[in-house]
Amino acid sequence: MSVKPLSYYRERYIRFQPSPFCPGCGNGTILNCFVRAIDELGIPRERVLCVSGIGCSAWIPSPNLRGDTLHTTHGRAIAFATGAKVYNPHLYTVVFTGDGDGAGIGGNHLIHAARRNIDITVILVNNLSYAMTGGQIAPTTLHGLRTTTSPYGNPEHPFDLVKLAAAAGATYVARWTTYHVVELTRSIKEALRHRGFSFIEVLSQCPTQQRRLFGLRGPMRTLPSRIVEMFAEGTYLRGRPLKGSYLYALPEGDPEEVLRDVGEALRDLEASARLVDHIAFGRVVRVDAEDLEEAAGRLRALGGLRRLADATEGKIEVGVFVEEERPEFTESLREVIRRAEVRP
Amino acid sequence: MLTPGRHLVLGNIACAEGALRAGCRFFAGYPITPANEIAQYMSQELPRVGGYYVQMEDELASMAAVIGASWAGAKAMTATSGPGFSLMQENISYAYMTETPCVVVDVQRSGPSTGQATMPSQQDVYQARYGAHGDYEAVALTPWSVQEMFDLTVRAFNLAERLRMPVLLLADGMIGHMSESLIVPEEVEVVDRRRPTGPECTPFDTDDPSLIPEMPLFGEGYELLVTGSAHRPSGRRDYTPIYMERKLWRIREKVLRAEPEIRDVVEYELGDAEVAVLSYGASARPSFGAVRRARGRSLRVGMLRLRALWPFPEEVVSRLAEGVEEIVVVEMNMGKIIREVERAVCGRCRVSLVSRVGGVLPTLGEVYEAIGRAVR
Ligand SMILES: Cc1ncc(C[n+]2csc(CCOP(=O)(O)OP(=O)(O)O)c2C)c(N)n1
Ligand code: SF4
Ligand SMILES: [Mg+2]
Repeated sequence: MSVKPLSYYRERYIRFQPSPFCPGCGNGTILNCFVRAIDELGIPRERVLCVSGIGCSAWIPSPNLRGDTLHTTHGRAIAFATGAKVYNPHLYTVVFTGDGDGAGIGGNHLIHAARRNIDITVILVNNLSYAMTGGQIAPTTLHGLRTTTSPYGNPEHPFDLVKLAAAAGATYVARWTTYHVVELTRSIKEALRHRGFSFIEVLSQCPTQQRRLFGLRGPMRTLPSRIVEMFAEGTYLRGRPLKGSYLYALPEGDPEEVLRDVGEALRDLEASARLVDHIAFGRVVRVDAEDLEEAAGRLRALGGLRRLADATEGKIEVGVFVEEERPEFTESLREVIRRAEVRP
Repeated sequence: MLTPGRHLVLGNIACAEGALRAGCRFFAGYPITPANEIAQYMSQELPRVGGYYVQMEDELASMAAVIGASWAGAKAMTATSGPGFSLMQENISYAYMTETPCVVVDVQRSGPSTGQATMPSQQDVYQARYGAHGDYEAVALTPWSVQEMFDLTVRAFNLAERLRMPVLLLADGMIGHMSESLIVPEEVEVVDRRRPTGPECTPFDTDDPSLIPEMPLFGEGYELLVTGSAHRPSGRRDYTPIYMERKLWRIREKVLRAEPEIRDVVEYELGDAEVAVLSYGASARPSFGAVRRARGRSLRVGMLRLRALWPFPEEVVSRLAEGVEEIVVVEMNMGKIIREVERAVCGRCRVSLVSRVGGVLPTLGEVYEAIGRAVR
């Protein structure tokens, strides 16, 4: 795969500048992966129809991406796409949707399109909240997180969208994050080539709303990369939960102080400790140690800790979860036409 | 499809048959009484002419799929009743904004809410006019017979294609479920949307005096920007007031300019009439009977029947007010179109109402009595 300069993609695929997004928003990364995918597959622009609903994620294709775009109503993009795809199956029909758009108000259309196995690709940008309207609780917001409508912590539980899509009958299901750009690009290519309903959830950074959500401090410009690192830290590749031998120490109070104490306690061991942002636990001390048993024993004796968490606890699995074949809807509709025509 | 000639069919079948004749090749819907036969017939007949029937998960999705199919090039429709029509309103609003041709059939039933699901009404006439959010001009046709279910469905498609907008067919459970003779003509006039011919296209504005822009389709290389947000003539999202002001003016004005053509009223014995009965759809049937009976008894009574309810034929009703002493409005709701009539009449003649709700049609006797009161 040859590396093309950004200007190549910009000239070919982007019709307007500047981007409508906040600086450091994950939506730009996702757009980037998408244009690379269609470029690498050599799909002509006039055969790509991008349909989106309402929300920041809906602005990934509309109006900046060149090609046909249909920017619709909140939650209904998949239903609009269904009509267009049925009537013109020649179009690569791609839906960009948000977690609120696709799993909240539009959740019904998501499961039914998956059930029909219609050949459209849904890229669902999960920023864990309703970003455009100010960061309210979404059906993906983790339990306990603070949003503008859960100031005391979210009393609800999130959907596992991969399980939801798979159970509903999607025949290609993947989850990645904006950290996994190579994997995401490859996955979009697979989804576009797949004959059937393909669903890709992308965990994405929204520095504007996730500062509150994850309780992040520090200057705004540092947040995007920190959140992306958090996605790296907070996920593991499907079937490969562990790389290295480590655990997390969850501080009771000031993480910096705990880091110092941990360092002290493990001084004579083959071990290192550093502060990281964890998607489920916030700011924690990550301890990498050769003898994890010994390190854990010493840390348990230490004060100032809520508890220890093992390497996989609270982490999100990423990868390709489903890839299978089942009769595709528009083909089945053409079969219906054949059957109807032979009747007298 | 039915062969040309005479058939005895349900109003709903006549509607579906009209749609097929008008070139409808995509139907998306969700089951609801009393509109079901339209979907059933379409599921049977559309594949036979190479078209698609898709049963969606709800009415929001049905309306959405219809719009998506329309931009892919289909003449598309959905059919529903009051509760489903309510669910469609957000996307009908989207269709006005994006100037998407399509046909929405509302076989009205008695409400509010689930009301009397199997019984007719004319309670959605304002939902048809004002149900969707924002500003727009609606076009709605009201058939009074099985034949008109066919004829006006064809017309609804032709108007939708010509005006580039959703057109509503306001039927009701009585006409939809009634069997009557239908004459399917050898050929019907079919209008197709104006499409761009050159490589350039401005999909959302035009210099044409009709104010109706050409409509490109997906997959033709025009790199279309279709959005429900305010946009420039190119389709590019832009909230600058001048763009939205022009858009709203244009989607209203294009209908008003076409109003003389959309206008569809049937006049009966109005020449020397002192009293006019004004009605539409199913309730025009007993009204017509009453007017004929009154004429038989030498009462100077005539009738104005509206086949296109929206835009309201203000000019016609205004003229009528000059010639008669009273207009008796007959409708199957608590009195809705009477407000439009009063507005057009503006005090120049008396206006009275014969109204029935509860799933029953005003009777011939009730209308006749009202005529009697009016001529006195
Ligand atoms: C019917 C309707 N309800 C509510 C809204 C307001 N609204 C606009 S964007 C949005 C949130 C979108 O959230 P999400 O889908 O997660 O997208 P994000 O902005 O996070 O990318 C909402 C609720 C709307 N436009 N339409
Ligand atoms: S609010 Fe969040 S999701 Fe929306 S553009 Fe800004 S950073 Fe991106
Ligand atoms: Mg969101």
